[in-house]
Amino acid sequence: MFSITDARVIGPEVKRFEIHAPRIAVKQGPGQFVILRLHEHGERIPLTIAGSDPARGTITLVVQGIGKTTRLLNQMEAGDVIRDLVGPLGKPSEIERYGHAVVVGGGVGTAIALPVARALKKAGNRVSAIVGARTAGLLILLDEMRAASHSLHIMTDDGSAGDQGFVTGRLEELIAGPEPVDHVMAIGPLPMMAAVAEVTRSYEIKTIVSLNPIMVDGTGMCGGCRVLVGGETRFACVDGPEFDAHAVDFRNLAQRNSVYRDQERRSLSEFEAHPESDLIQMHHNCRLAHLAHLAAHHAAS
Amino acid sequence: MKEILPPKQRIKIPRADMPEQDAAARIHNFLEVNRGLEEAVAKHEAQRCLICNDPKCIAGCPVGVKIRDFVELILDGQYLKAAAKIREDNVLPAVTGRVCPQEHQCEGACVMRKRATPLAIGYLERFVADYERAAGKIGIPERAPLTGKKVAVIGSGPAGLSCAGDLSLRGHTVTVFEALHEIGGVLIYGIPEFRLPKDIVRQEVDNLRHMGVEFVPNTLIGKTIGIDELLETEGFDAVFIATGAGLPRFLNIPGEQLGGVYSANEFLTRVNLMHAYEHGVHDEPVYDCRAKTVVVVGGGNTAMDSVRSAKRLGASRAIIVYRRGLEEMPARAEEFHHAQAEGVEFMTLTNPVEFLGDEHGYLQGMVGARMQLGEPDASGRRSVSLVPGSEFTMPVDVAIIAVGTRANPLIQASAPDLKTNRWGYIEVEKQSLRTSKRGIFAGGDIVSGAATVILAMGAGRNAAANIHAYLATGQW
Ligand SMILES: Cc1cc2nc3c(=O)[nH]c(=O)nc-3n(C[C@H](O)[C@H](O)[C@H](O)COP(=O)(O)OP(=O)(O)OC[C@H]3O[C@@H](n4cnc5c(N)ncnc54)[C@H](O)[C@@H]3O)c2cc1C
Ligand code: FES
Repeated sequence: MFSITDARVIGPEVKRFEIHAPRIAVKQGPGQFVILRLHEHGERIPLTIAGSDPARGTITLVVQGIGKTTRLLNQMEAGDVIRDLVGPLGKPSEIERYGHAVVVGGGVGTAIALPVARALKKAGNRVSAIVGARTAGLLILLDEMRAASHSLHIMTDDGSAGDQGFVTGRLEELIAGPEPVDHVMAIGPLPMMAAVAEVTRSYEIKTIVSLNPIMVDGTGMCGGCRVLVGGETRFACVDGPEFDAHAVDFRNLAQRNSVYRDQERRSLSEFEAHPESDLIQMHHNCRLAHLAHLAAHHAAS
Repeated sequence: MKEILPPKQRIKIPRADMPEQDAAARIHNFLEVNRGLEEAVAKHEAQRCLICNDPKCIAGCPVGVKIRDFVELILDGQYLKAAAKIREDNVLPAVTGRVCPQEHQCEGACVMRKRATPLAIGYLERFVADYERAAGKIGIPERAPLTGKKVAVIGSGPAGLSCAGDLSLRGHTVTVFEALHEIGGVLIYGIPEFRLPKDIVRQEVDNLRHMGVEFVPNTLIGKTIGIDELLETEGFDAVFIATGAGLPRFLNIPGEQLGGVYSANEFLTRVNLMHAYEHGVHDEPVYDCRAKTVVVVGGGNTAMDSVRSAKRLGASRAIIVYRRGLEEMPARAEEFHHAQAEGVEFMTLTNPVEFLGDEHGYLQGMVGARMQLGEPDASGRRSVSLVPGSEFTMPVDVAIIAVGTRANPLIQASAPDLKTNRWGYIEVEKQSLRTSKRGIFAGGDIVSGAATVILAMGAGRNAAANIHAYLATGQW
């Protein structure tokens, strides 16, 4: 049982959680993720860790409510309890002193790009951050990203904040600019990451993306998270989640990620129509956690 | 009263049949297929035992269960004592009575096999274990006084469980770390409900809890806690690695990335651990098999479990594709017979060479090829080769790859000084199960490669004895 110590809405359907998971808080590095299961009947879903506070024993997750599980999670508040959480999974980002590093974050990808940007800056890189969204209201964590980088570039499709245009456009400008780009890290929706890879490919700039295939165990046991990288099968949960963007087969990943589209849609619409049973399950977690707490207290006294 | 018939009459008694759920009904549910013997039938079956002076069955059992003694106790009607007798050597009798390949072990060695049919040792083992469970009187032995020593067990499959139980009884404080959210290893995520009801596994785990074992799920050793940290900062005096052989092999043929192509591990984990067969109540999805053609590539237990699960999920055709012949299939004989009765089709001497997809990247078909058997190699296994020009195409909606596993390198990657062999399995000293690192032992599939429940359990017990000795002497 893992309790939520803080929960805040930071964007439309986007929530930031602090979760008590002391072992993970100490161990995690940028780019790593957890797999969680909300309640006894829940599915296992991966979520990338957006930060941690080892002193408090908490990790930060930023969750966009897209499917049933993420929407249910986003209804949780401080004091609520998550049944299962395992991590930190995957390999941490490779952080070196590259020189000028550009970190591109799209949508909630920004939350995951944030710890990478911080680490790159700390390692002595000059960090340019580009964050993009469809419209101003969907931009998240701007202040944090500003602090984690040397220059922040905000792009919106409709020009409602920052400059109008795509993150790839700004990336091209930076590459053509006075300070050559040595390293690119892109995290966001698949089409965005694929587009970034296309931009940097011709310039032969090393580009890393963080992939989000469907996962089950996260330990290398099922192979459900397999992705094609350089024509070879790799397991994103143990070999990744970060890979060389120029070698990733994005099309295949997009196809594999849509395998359960129908079931996912059905689950979501059933949940939206009748959230009660899942909410009861979550409540059950809290009761169990409370009882365990009482028992521990009892044993101690 | 024990009635002992003369051997000639005993041999005439026909072997008991296992009552089972009707095939037409069971392909629509996940309830257990075998129903277990009635008491009278079990007793009658026990009468067939010749009570040999030199019982070959015991030699055939990888952990040396005292079969003759427990069968005699059944004859006496002392079922609880019979169960306790088995537990002396095998802590999971309700499990092994269901999943052991008896035909290659105890029953394969039974002298009656030559003259008639072997004693149904597996059925009898299951009978007493179920009797004990139903009676609610599991003979949990008394725990020795606490030693103050702490042991970490990594992985909660049969190897980890049996090691934990034995060490706890010897008075050590045992913590089992498991990566998944549920305890039991392959017994929970791999072997389906219709063959091994999960309540049985949960009950065994509860028994261990009562014996003082602590279980910590959601903890991936090597990531959540480093293996060296267990000894250095977490205060454990010894570690037993029992992480199984959980890395799926693929065929490495074109099209394996298509949607609808699964490893057996993924398919079975979705179905068993995540209850995808109850989608609606449970959230985890699995590809909709209803009215679909499902092929399963492989001939072992994993392949049988996958194909029979697919049938139960509504597949119109559930087909085993195996590159050798029926005789070479490594699956338990009973699984093969059950699969056949359930309408599973067998395409032997066949192997896929390519999977074909539609424009959305979903599996649509398979190119298969005929195979031919060659001469036996050094290990006695006949080689296989492709018959040139024999390729054919068939429509397929779901393909499940069940061609074996490899060593999961996760732990080893976090401890480079832990010696492994060239396949990635952990190297241990044969007798002592000691690894190259002081205080760390290993056993089960992560040492032997994919094997059996009983062998993993035997390794766990062996490790417990060796760990106990190490904790007593401190000598490495
Ligand atoms: C589908 C299937 C059907 C089978 N059918 C039969 C059968 O009928 N009869 C038979 O005898 N055998 C059968 N087997 C084989 C048998 O199940 C295995 O040989 C046996 O389970 C091995 O036991 P183990 O304890 O070594 O490992 P496992 O049972 O594999 O357990 C290992 C456990 O360790 C956990 N783990 C792994 N890495 C870590 C880590 N780093 N930190 C924490 N935990 C970790 C895993 O999650 C897993 O729970 C079958 C196997 C499969 C897959
Ligand atoms: S999620 Fe199962 S192997 Fe990666």
